[in-house]
Amino acid sequence: MRLDHPLSRRQRAQGARWAVALLMGLLGVAFFRAQVVRSSAWALQSDSNRLRALPLPAPRGAIFDRRGRVLADNVPGYSVLLLPAPRDSVAATLRRMAPHLGLSEAGVEALLERFRSNPRQPLVVKAHAAFPELSAVEERRLEFPSLYVEMRPRRRYVAGAATAHVLGYLGEITSAELESPNFRGYERGAVVGKDGVERQYENLLQGVAGVRYVEVDALGRIVGSFRGTSRVPPRPGHDLVLNLDLDLQEWIHHIFPDSMRGAVVALNVEDGGILALYSSPTYDPNAFVGGISPENWRALSEDPGQPLFNRAVLGRYPPGSTWKLATAAIGLELGVVSPEEFMPIPCTGAMSFGNRTWRCWAPEGHGFQNLVGAVRHSCDVYFYQLGLRIGLERLIHEATAVGFNQPCGVDLPAERAGEFPTDVSWWQRTFGYRATEGEVLSLAIGQGPNSQTPLKMAQFYVALARDGTAPPPRLLRSPAVPLPHSEWSLRLSPRALEALRKGLRAVVAPGGTAHLASLEHWDLLGKTGTSQNPPHPDHAWFAGMAGPPGRPPEIVVVAIVEFGESGSRTAAPLVAKTADYYLRRKYGIPVDTIQTLGEHLRAGRPAPWASRPGQG
Amino acid sequence: MPRLSVVVGDRLLVGAVLLLSLLGVALIYSAGVLNVPSPVTRDIWQRQLLWLFLGLSAFVLVSKVPSRWIEWAALPAYVLSILLLFATLVVGTGGGTAAGIKSWIGVGGFRFQPSEVAKLATVLALARLMGGRKDPPQALRELLAPAALVGLPLALVVLQPDLGTGLAFVGILFAALYWGGAPVPFLLLMASPGLALILSYDTRIWSGYIVVLTVCLYFLRYRLYLVESVGVVLANLAAGTIARPLWNSLAEYQRNRILVFLDPSLDPRGAGWQIIQSKVAIGSGGLFGKGFTMGTQKRLDFVPEQHTDFIFSVLGEELGFLGTVLVLGLFTLVLFRMVRLAEESSDPFAGLIVFGIFGAWLTHVFINVGMTIGLVPITGIPLPFLSYGGSFLLMSWVSLGVALRVAREGEA
Repeated sequence: MRLDHPLSRRQRAQGARWAVALLMGLLGVAFFRAQVVRSSAWALQSDSNRLRALPLPAPRGAIFDRRGRVLADNVPGYSVLLLPAPRDSVAATLRRMAPHLGLSEAGVEALLERFRSNPRQPLVVKAHAAFPELSAVEERRLEFPSLYVEMRPRRRYVAGAATAHVLGYLGEITSAELESPNFRGYERGAVVGKDGVERQYENLLQGVAGVRYVEVDALGRIVGSFRGTSRVPPRPGHDLVLNLDLDLQEWIHHIFPDSMRGAVVALNVEDGGILALYSSPTYDPNAFVGGISPENWRALSEDPGQPLFNRAVLGRYPPGSTWKLATAAIGLELGVVSPEEFMPIPCTGAMSFGNRTWRCWAPEGHGFQNLVGAVRHSCDVYFYQLGLRIGLERLIHEATAVGFNQPCGVDLPAERAGEFPTDVSWWQRTFGYRATEGEVLSLAIGQGPNSQTPLKMAQFYVALARDGTAPPPRLLRSPAVPLPHSEWSLRLSPRALEALRKGLRAVVAPGGTAHLASLEHWDLLGKTGTSQNPPHPDHAWFAGMAGPPGRPPEIVVVAIVEFGESGSRTAAPLVAKTADYYLRRKYGIPVDTIQTLGEHLRAGRPAPWASRPGQG
Repeated sequence: MPRLSVVVGDRLLVGAVLLLSLLGVALIYSAGVLNVPSPVTRDIWQRQLLWLFLGLSAFVLVSKVPSRWIEWAALPAYVLSILLLFATLVVGTGGGTAAGIKSWIGVGGFRFQPSEVAKLATVLALARLMGGRKDPPQALRELLAPAALVGLPLALVVLQPDLGTGLAFVGILFAALYWGGAPVPFLLLMASPGLALILSYDTRIWSGYIVVLTVCLYFLRYRLYLVESVGVVLANLAAGTIARPLWNSLAEYQRNRILVFLDPSLDPRGAGWQIIQSKVAIGSGGLFGKGFTMGTQKRLDFVPEQHTDFIFSVLGEELGFLGTVLVLGLFTLVLFRMVRLAEESSDPFAGLIVFGIFGAWLTHVFINVGMTIGLVPITGIPLPFLSYGGSFLLMSWVSLGVALRVAREGEA
């Protein structure tokens, strides 16, 4: 058929129409699928394209001391953020921004790394930027399309270094924390408590972040007024009231020798509340706010004094003579000795047992001693004999029953349990030899395999100051949060407790090992201790309690000074001055810096109470 | 009586094209309405409107040119445009698009794309070449001369490189051959090396394809000369062999476009961005759209090139499926009327011209609209009458004028 024949033309035209109909139909079906069938999914995608959820940080709960004074609160701070945008644009913006914010090239790289791992969230370029930095970037807003300045509450620790180990510090949540069930619902970039009360009560303090939606364009720029946006307001965190006494804490910070390492714990006898908890050296937790600088962090973590280490609850030291009271309490509880009973062997500066000689700390000897005298003079020979009467197995059993190998259950995120043999086979397991009966002599005077934290010893002395029971030391006063640990009990009669306290009182009385620590207005009771630390100088302990004359003790204070050598010279004055400060403020007596007998003598001031009768 | 229908047909065709052009100006205006206005797109709708007036004037002018003149001008125009395309490769500029692309020629502050002129010139030359014959081609080799005629400008355009316009030339060639009576199996055999090129990414699939092709050639043995069959097989083998080097010679962005077409999620922030955002824009438009100038994807600048190649995503987002149907319907109407023009003109020259233009437009519409919804890979190819672009709009109207003029004179 010829090409120009109408029939031939019609045939080909029909074919062409079919081709057009087929291709257009294909397009029509594709558009029908996208715009009608799956439209809602695409609409959702379109909204998530243009809306960015910005977290509205919740103000963290404030922390107050027992008198309602602020320990930690929030002040306004301004953070520089970049909204999510394509990676190249974020990188370019960061590099242009770096000189204004004082960011190094490494800092930019670190930020980009963080952006890569979480490209849908706003990137915090600088938390709590200084005002000049803030205005420098704000002035150049047009250069930084996705810039967003956010008001974020900034944490402030009013007492700084004085309360560092109690309150802890804040930091950005780590990947490991994100995976832990304790941090369920937290998002990357959240700022959480890293230590101390901030960590322990993180869930109470944190609050719930709100959300705000803003419209952004393809470059991540916030456009227009936030039209059609909605917001969920943040819920602030709970405020906390602690048992801590801010003035006392600062007083300890003030009197603790700057060059020394150690810890001071002050407990309220009435309820076991922690009045003060101090560890030296300390650090300024404000340096952590908004992210600590790498140099600062290196200085803190490489400092040989380990300022981040909370010695009050993590430091374990052989308790030395302060533990003799535990031996005495066990002896009394078991009934192997009575308070007035004199031990048969007099102290001649040493005692032989087995095939060796066991020395007393005083080579001149103490003669015949009963319980009160033995505590007063810290006579080792008396306690050797008491230990032998109790026997190794029973001593271990009673000491572990009381909890000397347990943690106190304090409401702090990290606490180390005391170290104490759990049974007689402990020596076999640990050292590979059977325990000899001689071990009990070491344990009885607080030596041997026995290490306790200052807080644990303080809890023990609270039991001595009370009726033999001691609640777990607590920082939190309100709101009420139940703690799993129950109080522990020495099961001692009032008469036995009174005998032990009589011994402790004699330590500070004239002729006692710590008489120079005695105070004008208060009855001070206590026990020195020396924890052997070869080849270095010994650590000095003092565990004390004090109250108005003739009344039960109201405060227990335990101090340890590393390499302090003598408990009576370095640790006892710390305890005495701490207790004196607390009680003077409690009873309205003006605070004086010259407090102990030793200070009075050095200052040449009369000390009328030193010869007061009835303290023997 | 037939005369009346042609006049009405003209009006319907011209009316549809005019409507599309005005809609294009409106969409280009909308593409400039951004939350953060860009100086590039803010006022370009005015320039498009100006070009539309120029196009309309040219259309009226061309309608008055006798068919004989057009026939006479066909070969000189073809030669001239080939020279222009050569010149473009030497002195061309990117015209503000991607660097390294030479599609534009500037003449004293006035720039145009020679490839647009070349399209029409090639259509005319092709009609001139094939218009003389009264009978359909009987042998495959008879298609070689038309193929060579189109192949030359095609190669020059691809070298720019402008793959999209190159595809339009392919559309012209196949449409003209079809109207010239070439049997469909011949056209398929001609297209087969292209298929071989695509299938060669997997050796086993490609081998299977070669076997199937050979079987087909066996069944067509009475219609083909042996040398033609061998030629087809050799061309397919060659295509399969050069596929790898050809792939490597493609520019990075071209390779990415193909890879991303196969899987846009490969690089959602990079090469896949355009395709994903365009689909989001169109899909979120829904049935009725977000309202003229109200598209959020558009306002917030999520879809690149939304005033040119991706103008259809603005339409889909703001006017919804109804807008899509309207525009696709108008294009279908235009293409159907073009077919009818060819059908009703007894002059083979006129029919071939109309069909060449038909082929170019069908290719443009299908590939451009198809790529906005992810149906075909992204090739830089504009949508006739709607996309922003002066020379393209002008030449499209000129083409329409030529088609109408030659068809009227060739009326049976």
